Amino acid sequence: MIDQLTVFLENKKGRLAALCRALGDAGISMHALTIADTERYGVVRIIADNPTKAQSVLSEQGFRASLTKVLAVEVPDVPGGLAQLLEAFELADVNIEYAYCFSAADGKAIDVIRIDDNEAAEAAIQSIGYRAIASEGL
Amino acid sequence: MAGDCTPKPVKNAADWVIIMQLFERSDESEVTVTNSQGKVSGGERFFQPAIECMDRTALAGLQLQRLQDTLANCYNNIGFYRNSLDQAGIDPFTFSDLDNLRFLPFTTKQDLRDAYPFGMFAIDVKQVQRLHASSGTTGNATVVGYTQSDIDNWGDLFARCIALVGGGPESILQVSYGYGLFTGGLGAHEGGIRMGSTILPMSSGNTKRQVQMMRDFAVDILACTPSYALLIADTAIDLGYDPANDFALSGAILGAEPCSEGMRHEIEGKLGVKVVDIYGLSEVMGPGVSCECRYQMGLHMAEDHFITEILDPESLQPLPDGEWGEVVITTLTKQCSPLIRYRTHDISRILPGQCWCGRTLRRMDRIAGRTDDMLIIRGVNVFPNQFAEVLAEFTELTSYYQIVLTRQGPLDHVTLRVEPTSDFSFDEIRRIERLERSVGAELRSNLQVNVEVQVVEPMSIERSEGKARRIIDNRSDE
Repeated sequence: MIDQLTVFLENKKGRLAALCRALGDAGISMHALTIADTERYGVVRIIADNPTKAQSVLSEQGFRASLTKVLAVEVPDVPGGLAQLLEAFELADVNIEYAYCFSAADGKAIDVIRIDDNEAAEAAIQSIGYRAIASEGL
Repeated sequence: MAGDCTPKPVKNAADWVIIMQLFERSDESEVTVTNSQGKVSGGERFFQPAIECMDRTALAGLQLQRLQDTLANCYNNIGFYRNSLDQAGIDPFTFSDLDNLRFLPFTTKQDLRDAYPFGMFAIDVKQVQRLHASSGTTGNATVVGYTQSDIDNWGDLFARCIALVGGGPESILQVSYGYGLFTGGLGAHEGGIRMGSTILPMSSGNTKRQVQMMRDFAVDILACTPSYALLIADTAIDLGYDPANDFALSGAILGAEPCSEGMRHEIEGKLGVKVVDIYGLSEVMGPGVSCECRYQMGLHMAEDHFITEILDPESLQPLPDGEWGEVVITTLTKQCSPLIRYRTHDISRILPGQCWCGRTLRRMDRIAGRTDDMLIIRGVNVFPNQFAEVLAEFTELTSYYQIVLTRQGPLDHVTLRVEPTSDFSFDEIRRIERLERSVGAELRSNLQVNVEVQVVEPMSIERSEGKARRIIDNRSDE
């Protein structure tokens, strides 16, 4: 499990830029950023190299930022790599809230997954020889 | 709605013993009952027990005598009242029955505006000790004058409130109402003087310094608006303090704007205090016209200085105890700016029965709204405070909210902006949407109004150092 930074942003001009500037100025590097958007606001999800510091930096600047535990799974960067993982989850009755991916070095991709049953998910990951990573492993 | 009229039982018999002792000790003279520490342990504190616990028949006699004096003062010295009493066919010099108050003519805010600046004064302005005025955003300001005796009486009223929340001469009173023409700051200040408390005259603003001095000086009692008390609490917490445990504060006398029960509990929890609601308006005197005791079951009215009627806002006829209506106030002791049957447009009711605190002064309920601030949304009458009462049921939400009214085509559209608490999880959009939907459903079932609820970013609703601006009505601009 790793800590994902979640930020609630109203759809206002310049808010996302201000958020990224705040992290940049604090020397925090992002591995991935994704936005789930609605008509009025967006929920920004970020994998960063120092999520705890990132959260305190953003909170000080008036952002509503929180940390969420998510699974990060190392997946071979080949066709069908993710499908195999999701099939294992389906078999184990693991329900996915949301997921996104980013590519890492050495032919590996990292899938970030928010699920409702972490124990069953970790067992499913092991059953197909994949590896869930901790934040140090990023 | 606040207003459970069922008395809570006294905790133990010792409370009653102390109350009875107070009666015995307070014969004819006005005495402040304190022991060497200034506290009556386990019991109730009084500033003027001889009046606050007065026999009702004796009180009625006092009221009649003072009302007769007031009528004479009004008729002899204020042209407006000479005319209105003559027109109503009332002879102020033969008035002999309190029940006939209902036949006296009213005074309205407009009457006070028309008399700008000193037309409603019963004495020459040169004899006046101090002037206060309410904001004149929609016309002339209403100007109120005070003689030294008026100011002393006002101070006594607020001093009673200090005792009501458990304070006394040993207390340090932080006054964070604005000082100036507004009556809040100086009214509380006079109360501190009459009580003999140590006064910290902060006025409003510079909130970090408010917190610093509150902590460093071990302030006991805070007097300000409820929204400012909450801002002080949140600022203290942001500065890393736990005011509920780290500060010496024990009581807060909050007024000048509505405070929902949810907001009261939030302030009490964050500051570790007992919050009492105080009522008053500058036209009548200022804060102290009525105030809650620690049982928080209605506000004891200062019936030795004012007669409060509750009238049907339509027919203007008196309503029985327990029924909601417009608060109408007649002053009994004011020398410079006496008022006969002043229409406050505030909505309240008289709570029947006697309070467990031992006071015989009757109680009014907390203000439910204003007849003229009442929102009419698609034909439905709604008081802003009703929104606050609904929001208080949601533990995910803070007390900050804003109502925005717009018109969409021919129809009113209501948007309610709310801020969730810091531990609310934003991570899943469906949780945000579920919160918005359930608040909307609760408002619809309570107020019969469709409301678009919007969860907004923290601190995006304007914080207030005085009265909070909770309603933005853009309907007329479109």
